[in-house]
Amino acid sequence: MTTLTRLNEVVRGPEMAKQQPPKWWRFGPDGGAVSATRRQQAVSGWIFLAVPVLLFVLFVLIPVGIAIVVSFTDYAVIGDFEWVGLANYTRLFQDPIFWIALRNTAYYTALFVPLGVVVALGTALLLNRRSGAVRVFRTLFYIPVISSTVATASIWFWLLNPQYGLFNVVLGWFGISGPAWLYDSQWAMIAIVMMSVWAGFGANMLIFLAALQGVPSELVEAARLEGASSWGVFWHVTLPAISRTMFLVVTLLLIAAFQVFDQAYVLTKGGPGNSTLTLVYYIYDRGFGRLEMGYASALSFILFLIILVFSLINARITNRRDFS
Amino acid sequence: MSATVAALPALPASPAKKAAQRRRIIGSGFWYIAVILVSISTVLPLVWTLSTSFKTQSEALSGALTLIPLDPTLENYVALFADGTFARYLVNSFIIAIGGTITNVFFGSLAGYALAKLRFPGRGSVFATFLASMMVPAIVTMIPTFLVLRYFPLAGGNDLFGQGGVGMINSYAAVLVPFAAGAFAVFFMKQFFESLPDEIGDAARIDGAGEFRIFLNIYFPLSAAGAAVLAVLTFQAGWNSFLWPLIALNNPDMYTVQVGLAAFINEYQTAYGPLMAGTIIASLPVLLVFIVAQKYIVQNFTGSAVK
Repeated sequence: MTTLTRLNEVVRGPEMAKQQPPKWWRFGPDGGAVSATRRQQAVSGWIFLAVPVLLFVLFVLIPVGIAIVVSFTDYAVIGDFEWVGLANYTRLFQDPIFWIALRNTAYYTALFVPLGVVVALGTALLLNRRSGAVRVFRTLFYIPVISSTVATASIWFWLLNPQYGLFNVVLGWFGISGPAWLYDSQWAMIAIVMMSVWAGFGANMLIFLAALQGVPSELVEAARLEGASSWGVFWHVTLPAISRTMFLVVTLLLIAAFQVFDQAYVLTKGGPGNSTLTLVYYIYDRGFGRLEMGYASALSFILFLIILVFSLINARITNRRDFS
Repeated sequence: MSATVAALPALPASPAKKAAQRRRIIGSGFWYIAVILVSISTVLPLVWTLSTSFKTQSEALSGALTLIPLDPTLENYVALFADGTFARYLVNSFIIAIGGTITNVFFGSLAGYALAKLRFPGRGSVFATFLASMMVPAIVTMIPTFLVLRYFPLAGGNDLFGQGGVGMINSYAAVLVPFAAGAFAVFFMKQFFESLPDEIGDAARIDGAGEFRIFLNIYFPLSAAGAAVLAVLTFQAGWNSFLWPLIALNNPDMYTVQVGLAAFINEYQTAYGPLMAGTIIASLPVLLVFIVAQKYIVQNFTGSAVK
């Protein structure tokens, strides 16, 4: 929810900043009491904003500047450091582990995003009906979102235990001998995807549910009267009506997917055999594990560029009010 | 009873209507099966975790799926708290989560109010800059934020030039200060204040009230519902945060519950009983807060999505 409100605002912000004439101007140039109020409001306004602005400068603006500078050096916390120009950026193209991390992240994204959308939309469709029971089930569906990724990972670590975990015990009832999940390089990432979908779908479900409740019921009724099947109504009426929300959720999931870290760190430490090494985990490992902060900063800018593309697409979509 | 009997013949059930009704009942039956299955998949893992946390080691590793422990025991919780470290993690997490909640609600309200209700030059640019900053992924600023904290002048044994000590690293400040007034809190409260009328503030202004008093005595109390939702959300985010505490707090005494739990998973791979007990303890505060506030959170969610 946080990201959503945030992105809504992200889009409206620049628009507002550009188009609206400054409102304080409208007080009119009659001076006197009005001008005093205006001055007082300006002083108070800046005082009220002081702490967030100061923190923004200290922990966003300056860090971004430092990150750019550091990414052109071989800074490693200890010892001297030198300006190395683009060396960090050219290095990453020859770094096989970077490509493994990128490929793993793309693999995670390719599984997680479609699955996340389908589960969130499916459960939202289930809950989109008038019934007192909906509220109870909505809460039950949302429960996995509340816990931290670490707690969720811990639960799944237990569920996925090859011998005693719920998954393989139940599979065993049907005579299937389940994989070793987190200990199997083929299944580890798939297990992490399943866990992430389980842990996160509730949030997007609520977003879809809100959108579904905004679909005009006359439209659905009309399609029904003309003999459209449930599937036809969904495909030709509901889905087009919520297309804006759909794109929004997809881009939100993409942005989140490219930053996956906690699950891989807690469950597998990037293993087995680097099969769950993600980009953020690799940046963390380079920057704080091996203290190669220059190289790690360069890596983080590459990730930034990837995410920026999706953020901008997202912003454009949210901006197009005529879209739906 | 006689009323029902009398009412029934009044509505003669035609075959078509009967069929429709039967379809509705069957449909509703399928619906209940579907939602119950989904609920089982979301709730069962937690119940299973809770159950394992009360099982003996031998029962946990017996492979039998008993939801009610045969021989319920508190030994896992005792083991978890035995050396005092986990209690320490809990205290750290509470300080960080509650501290972050207070600062975010206060500064977020103050700044959100300024952006929503005060008219002054520069307001639009501050707003736009904050918004743009939200597009920067956390990982980009992570390394330099660490450096800023590490070399913060006059903190943690540092001199004026940030040398000599460890700055704010390994202190509560390292986790509290950078996120004390997040852009999200500011925007959240701004949205809320915008829904309140301007007139009450203007009236107070004519009466000569100062801007801070107008905020504190008039608008802030009116925004209590929004502030409460923000408080729940920030508490949850603070309690659950992982990557930053992992980086900024590397002294085991300063670990949060999440960092401690993650370390636990890696150190005691097979001690599932104590691990599940730790997971329950680490989830309990946010679950309790959610149960109390869930109505408002879901509403806020829906509201912000529709806008």
